[in-house]
Amino acid sequence: MLTLIIIILGVSFLLYTLLGGADFGAGIIESFAGKREERTISKAIAPVWEANHVWLILAVVILFTGFPAVYSSLSLVLHIPLMMILLGIICRGSAFTFRHYDVVNDNAHKYFTALFRISSFITPLFLGMMLGAMIFGRITLNTSKNFYEVFISPWLNIFCISLGIFSTSLFAYISAIFLVGETKNDRERKMYVRFSKRAMLLTMLTGLLVFLISGIEGHSLVKQFFQSPTSIVALLLATAFCPFIWHFLNKEKNKTLYLRIGVGIQITLILTGWFYIQYPVLINLQNGEHLTFFNTQAPAATLKQLLIALIVGLLLVVPGFVYLFKIFKIKSSDVKI
Amino acid sequence: MDDLIAARLQMAISLGFHIIFACIGMTMPILMAFSEWRWLRTGKQVYLDITKAWSKGVAIFFAVGAVSGTVLSFELGLLWPVFMQHAGAIIGMPFSWEGTAFFVEAIALGIFLYSWNRVNKWMHWISGVVVGISGVLSGIFVVSANAWMNSPSGFTWVNGKATDIDPVKAMFNDAWLSQSIHMILAAFVSTAFAVAGVHAFLLLKRGANEFHHQAVKTALIFGSVAALLQPVSGDFSAKDVAKRQPAKLAALEGLYKTSKPAELLIGGIPDDKEEKVNYAIRIPGGLSYLVYGDFNAEVTGLDKFPKEDRPPVIITHIAFQLMVGIGFLLAFTSLLYLAFSIKWRHILVKKWWLGLIAFTTPLGFIAVEAGWTVTETGRQPWIIYGVMRTKDAVSTMPGLHYSFYVITTVYLLLSFIIVWLMRRQINTIKQYYPSAD
Repeated sequence: MLTLIIIILGVSFLLYTLLGGADFGAGIIESFAGKREERTISKAIAPVWEANHVWLILAVVILFTGFPAVYSSLSLVLHIPLMMILLGIICRGSAFTFRHYDVVNDNAHKYFTALFRISSFITPLFLGMMLGAMIFGRITLNTSKNFYEVFISPWLNIFCISLGIFSTSLFAYISAIFLVGETKNDRERKMYVRFSKRAMLLTMLTGLLVFLISGIEGHSLVKQFFQSPTSIVALLLATAFCPFIWHFLNKEKNKTLYLRIGVGIQITLILTGWFYIQYPVLINLQNGEHLTFFNTQAPAATLKQLLIALIVGLLLVVPGFVYLFKIFKIKSSDVKI
Repeated sequence: MDDLIAARLQMAISLGFHIIFACIGMTMPILMAFSEWRWLRTGKQVYLDITKAWSKGVAIFFAVGAVSGTVLSFELGLLWPVFMQHAGAIIGMPFSWEGTAFFVEAIALGIFLYSWNRVNKWMHWISGVVVGISGVLSGIFVVSANAWMNSPSGFTWVNGKATDIDPVKAMFNDAWLSQSIHMILAAFVSTAFAVAGVHAFLLLKRGANEFHHQAVKTALIFGSVAALLQPVSGDFSAKDVAKRQPAKLAALEGLYKTSKPAELLIGGIPDDKEEKVNYAIRIPGGLSYLVYGDFNAEVTGLDKFPKEDRPPVIITHIAFQLMVGIGFLLAFTSLLYLAFSIKWRHILVKKWWLGLIAFTTPLGFIAVEAGWTVTETGRQPWIIYGVMRTKDAVSTMPGLHYSFYVITTVYLLLSFIIVWLMRRQINTIKQYYPSAD
């Protein structure tokens, strides 16, 4: 039962990274693209971003129902980065919708666009920092210590920042690949191909940087990584996919589906690798203790009801989701409102 | 600012903000689906125009509702980590169902808003119905989690810890039904009257046209039925509260002293020092009758509770009077509406009638906010009634007022922008929909 819930939690998080990541990444890519590409980007994410976003809500609900101690510890100590993630979510979603649904196109759109773009950076950055803080081991639940030590230093450090930058470039990468298939305009397509390549290189570099910095900071991430064969295989495979994706990007007629599946597999591998480095730990505490899936799980009665809700939910949601994507993403033509 | 006050205010602002979008998100899909259905049946362009015009506004409300709802799912922990640590496992179940319902809603809304030319007409209509049903369901689930805070069940509290957790019992606690019905009806009343009000105002301003007339009609059909049912549901709720939370009932009625018989106060300003209510209209035995169906029954007052267990009376009583007052006004308007549309249809286009409907635009939402204040303030000083005090649940992070300022600023700004965007949409209706000219 617990295993199934952990798997569903993992899959929700994976899907949020992939789908929600592509939506946040779109704001990042738009910042580098320009005014002309706004339409393609808006069209690409408008029908799906809200449904994509719900994967995050699902993950949060699983966390606070199934592992309440993890949720309450995170929200106590990582209050500030969580607030930043939320501000990013509010501003990105609102600004995007305001721009998309406003009936008059005037100066106000400049502000909506600016807000949409800036907030698209904020959420992935702080999401990465929060994930970093969970593994980094500086979290203490003794809130009577000084403010900086309890509420700032666990997440505001060079390791967490590097992870934040990594996740931001990862989101941009997912989105760039996704956008290649979203336009019929050849010039625009070539631009997204360029962005995809750059974002791929940047993601690899920042990924290396994360390992490097963890080494400098004296964190055992590298050691733990080499002790987990699954993680090694997963990350090697993820890297091995890069040349293939590069190859398909270079083709005149891009195979949109191959590209998307390829990047999907990569992200799955990266998260699997990450998961196995940590498993079953969710939070490493400063005092050497850990909050794990096992020592924080809710009572069996709760887990059972949670699982029932999740399974029934997924039986309803997955077909709906597939249908939504079939309408908008498989037969991609002009979306009219 | 004290951290507890800051946290409570932030929660109040966040919920008070989100509740409006949630109400619109529950009601509008049903109204749109109804209008689209009329278009499918009759083929009249005006019904399609109304549906499309509404859907543009709804898209904005829905998106802001979705993100402000996400904020709440995090704020429960950010502000009340101790509460969530204990309550998460108990009330997680309605939240997980709510997550599912909301998921279905978001998917169906994506289809409804963007697939006008991509799917078959009836498929499109069904997607709208699905948005409505799942919206109402997610409302019920969330309210049942809140009802649990008022009427905690499904666990045993031993030494500051919950044991023997039964999530099903917790979800179907004693308050879930009365609270859910009251909330869903409130959503329909508030949204429908607001919609009708805006279109009535435009009729007054721009003269008669089919588009706005049909819009008012569609909204009022739903609004008036809900508004007439609401007093019944309110009575059911109050009787329920009297049984489960006598202190809350005493606070909202302004009953300081246990009385037999107890008089019903209409209006009035409570004076906490003197423990009496000034300037109220008094109906002898009224409260006894409303609660127990007997003019001579004893009703428990606040004096039966130690000072530290009493909810704040002034806010609760005034908010309650406001809610009930508006509720009756809207129910009365609904009665008139039904009478006029059956027998005296010519009145429905009269200026005074349209003026009255336009006047009701904000009233339903004011009542919703007031009612929410009643249920939340009336539960104080408890976060889980009788089990955990609000002050023991608050986050221990210092400086919570900063996050209160940030959230308040953001929500104020968003509110202004949304009002402004709606005005722009309304001003361009003519341009897009010839039937509105």
